[in-house]
Amino acid sequence: MSNNLRFKTSKFIDETYRVSFKFNNKTYFGFKGDTLASALLANGIHLVGRSFKYHRPRGIMTTGSEEPNAIIQLHDNSSRTEPNVRATEVEIYEGLVASSQNCWPNVNFDIGGINNLLSPILPAGFYYKTFMWPASFWEKYEYFIRKSAGLGKSPKVADPDIYEHKYIHCDVLVIGAGISGIMAAKMAAKNGFKTLLVDEKSYLGGSSIYDNSEFSKINNQITSSWLEKEINEISKIENLEIKTRTSVAAFHGYNFLLARENLTDHLPINQRENKVRQRLLKIRAKKVITATGSIERPLIFDNNDRPGIMLSSAIKKYIDLYGVACGENNILFTNNDTAYETAMSLIQRGIKINAIIDIREQIDSKISYEVEKNNIKIYKGYSVVDTYGYRRINKISIMKLSKDGQTVIGDKIKLNCDCLGISGGWTPAVHLFTQSGGKLKFREEDQVFIPNVYPSDQISIGSCNGDFGLDEIIKNTLSSIKKFLDIDNSEYKAVETISGLNQSKRNIWLLPSDKSIGKTKSFVDYQNDATAKDIKLALREGFRSIEHVKRYTTTGMGTDQGKLGNMHALGIISETAGTKMGEHGTTTFRPPYTPLTFGTIVGRNVGEFFDIFRRTPIHDWHVANNAEFENVGQWKRAWYYPKDNENMHQAVQRESKAARDSAGILDASTLGKIDIQGTDSSEFLNRVYTNAWSKLAVGKCRYGLMLNEDGMVYDDGVTTRLGENHYIMTTTTGGAANVLGKLEDYLQTEWPELDVYLSSVTDHYATISVCGPNSKKIVSKVIPDLDLSDEKFPHMSFKNAKIDNIKCRVMRISFTGEHSYEINIQANFGKSVWEKCMEAGKDFNITPYGTETMHLLRAEKGFIIVGQDTDATLTPIDLQMDWIVSKKKYDFIGKRSLYRSDTIREDRKQLVGLLTENPEEVLEEGAQIVADIKKSPIEMLGHVTSSYYSPNLKKSIALGVVKGGKNMLGQKLIIPMENKNINVTVADPVFLDKEGERLNAKL
Amino acid sequence: MFLITCPFCGEREQSEFKAGGEAHIVRPKQPTELSDDEWAEYLFMRKNIKGIQFERWNHVHGCRKWFNMVRDTSNDQIKAVYKMGEKPPVK
Ligand SMILES: [Zn+2]
Repeated sequence: MSNNLRFKTSKFIDETYRVSFKFNNKTYFGFKGDTLASALLANGIHLVGRSFKYHRPRGIMTTGSEEPNAIIQLHDNSSRTEPNVRATEVEIYEGLVASSQNCWPNVNFDIGGINNLLSPILPAGFYYKTFMWPASFWEKYEYFIRKSAGLGKSPKVADPDIYEHKYIHCDVLVIGAGISGIMAAKMAAKNGFKTLLVDEKSYLGGSSIYDNSEFSKINNQITSSWLEKEINEISKIENLEIKTRTSVAAFHGYNFLLARENLTDHLPINQRENKVRQRLLKIRAKKVITATGSIERPLIFDNNDRPGIMLSSAIKKYIDLYGVACGENNILFTNNDTAYETAMSLIQRGIKINAIIDIREQIDSKISYEVEKNNIKIYKGYSVVDTYGYRRINKISIMKLSKDGQTVIGDKIKLNCDCLGISGGWTPAVHLFTQSGGKLKFREEDQVFIPNVYPSDQISIGSCNGDFGLDEIIKNTLSSIKKFLDIDNSEYKAVETISGLNQSKRNIWLLPSDKSIGKTKSFVDYQNDATAKDIKLALREGFRSIEHVKRYTTTGMGTDQGKLGNMHALGIISETAGTKMGEHGTTTFRPPYTPLTFGTIVGRNVGEFFDIFRRTPIHDWHVANNAEFENVGQWKRAWYYPKDNENMHQAVQRESKAARDSAGILDASTLGKIDIQGTDSSEFLNRVYTNAWSKLAVGKCRYGLMLNEDGMVYDDGVTTRLGENHYIMTTTTGGAANVLGKLEDYLQTEWPELDVYLSSVTDHYATISVCGPNSKKIVSKVIPDLDLSDEKFPHMSFKNAKIDNIKCRVMRISFTGEHSYEINIQANFGKSVWEKCMEAGKDFNITPYGTETMHLLRAEKGFIIVGQDTDATLTPIDLQMDWIVSKKKYDFIGKRSLYRSDTIREDRKQLVGLLTENPEEVLEEGAQIVADIKKSPIEMLGHVTSSYYSPNLKKSIALGVVKGGKNMLGQKLIIPMENKNINVTVADPVFLDKEGERLNAKL
Repeated sequence: MFLITCPFCGEREQSEFKAGGEAHIVRPKQPTELSDDEWAEYLFMRKNIKGIQFERWNHVHGCRKWFNMVRDTSNDQIKAVYKMGEKPPVK
């Protein structure tokens, strides 16, 4: 540990507040205000991880969300563990535990490092080229690749933290609280706009807040002092809300933005209990001001990735804001003036600078003269050609650049250093702007993409708009915000600025080397180990579009989305291909700007709130009586009721037998129920069902089949005529919402002339179905006043009745083929009526049955279940339900499609019954049906849709769809399974009581 | 995410709405009179325009009304919304 790396100069660091933390199992100390990165650097630690492909040692490069290397795992092996976190963004707290990723056994000795030696045979696309053949070997390769590659480890237990979502509506959203963002927010808020200012950092002011240089002044004050007063002022404005630690993740159309507000990540773990960790803000802003600043570019040269090589601006920030020196023997390598600001910050604190390498021949700025005055050697027109040192840089070699910058000439000079600051100029952070659909333009002079066409009411200001000089930033911010907000009063009187910097720059995307390109490793994308060589190879292999090059080389595809190197990739492509920048397009920046945890995305929608459970009014009874449940859509439906140690099969066999031998009871409350009223209700039903409805008498029920306009079966159910202009329609459980939507669509758009009103009443009624030979006796005990004689209450009719003075509707309808009644009663009486039925049925062994038994019973009768036996490719004719299709009706939904050339084909898949040769053998639902297993390839004729062992028939029964099945009655077919072929015979789909004797029996 | 002006309710989030395909396709009054090709034209053929497109939308988590929208699919600009049965206000 080096003590001389920390300087007591920063007001952001609280040196009275020591914080201990662990990194790779060792305890270190930092101060309140440190990030993990600054604390590690203060302890002399640069090496924090290994690269993705070559496992090269990597160090901290930046200070923010653009960090490609210092990606760590937080709290490994705990419930709060989080992978792929940028050490530069983690504010340290007491008890922080962090560890390196992508290395084994440890960061100092990593077995995967052998990939670095193998790198000549690991070029771009290596995995695609090698491991894809033979395809059957992929599984083996994958095991090793996944083990040695890959970033952090995902958590293995539930996230203990709380997250939430919040909607925010504002007039003006300002993204980024740097100098321009703060000015814009003040102008907006003071002019009466409801304004929200967000910044991803814990403090306001961006990079200007630690700009204490004599070389940039505003109104004759040091920039940071001027800005502090501004911040103090805006914090008092009432209609300005300021949120720090808030990172905008996505900028969608219509000024809809998502931001993550970090609330507890900087607190010690024991102070986070019961607090919301992160909040996803869903912001709808009338106007958006993007002031996201810019990101310093690295320089691309051989071995530009060693620990100790950092962005020049990062070195400046570590010393100015955190009071941490990144090295004791520094060298700066630059193509522009900003590195001289870093130099001045180091000089002021007496930190040694060995040299500055500047690729420019001419440097003409006040700040550079000042640096030279301090006896710093500046190598003008030189470039770094190589670096040395395995776990930390210790040396560089430099050579003179040729005039055209294409080659290096002369002798190699070696210089010692333990830290190399690099600056390739600045890239405007246009990520959010392009996410919103904005179009960029390329500015030749300084080789930057800047916003050009805005797709919504928004504007970019400051350096994300390509304004880099202090003077330019302030002047343009004032004028463009005035125009953008249409205000006269800018809140600012004349603002005078002084800057010692020139904006001159010499841009060379890939710096030349004395070696051939094949022998260099000049990293463009640090996180994914994509080099300039890889990009050139991709171009040689014929890739042209940036999107293809990106995927082939994986440039820009890491968790940092190539925030540092994407521009260089574009530059190298256009230089190599001899085209203009921008001609190959720019890569698309996709949300989120920085990774989001799943917790933030799902918010409160976890556990029981992940999806809504719908429970019937009788649910508690099912729970109390040992029911197993099945999910049907959002409904929890009783599936079967195991007794003693019954398994599902045993329970279902018992329930099915009881329902036919004596009495069964089913909770059918989940069936969709639509109340239909209006003078045209009958006509409406005529149009939506395949059968005729005009002649259905009041008090009668009818089964209906609903098609799509393409003729395919959509839904079914029984509809009852309650009055002259009043019906109640039932739909399938899963189809209820869609059927209502479809009916409303036709009423509103195709037939607005019809006088029909629809209301969903699914949740308003409990529906109890009592079936079996003793059902009549049971219902007569529950509703003694109701005449259940066949004459007064025949099958397919309905009666109003009362149970304990509560009105109910009783339908005599059947889905089992047994004599049965459906009692519909106001939902809150459902459970008590169910209990009454159970009580009344005691002497008749009334047996509650679930959906599985219901399915079995209806399959014995050959009744279809829409969605199980049908799949939107079957017409009623295919289902052998011709009887329900009216020939007389002029039109109904789907009618015309029933005689399209395709729907009248004889060889369509048709519903049939299937009986196995061995009656004990039960088919698997979904199994394929074939006729000839010798032919290759085997022709698939269809599949099994429903299959059960019927206790009432004492044999296995199944329904299936088979090509041309209608005409195959009695024919033998084969169900090929993994270990055997099962012989089946095509049968009538009605297996039990085809004549309906059970239904019509005199009871 | 769009901000959609329901002609009945006003501005609402896109998440309250459901898109319903191309607008102004009238269901034939006499389907039985149509040839297979004519019926297929109604049933299956839909435009997928880059540019100005007329679409049906439903305020499904709101007033449940269907209405029409004119949208430029190249930039998602909503040019107009209007009630069912009304003529499109822009060309
Ligand atoms: Zn509405």
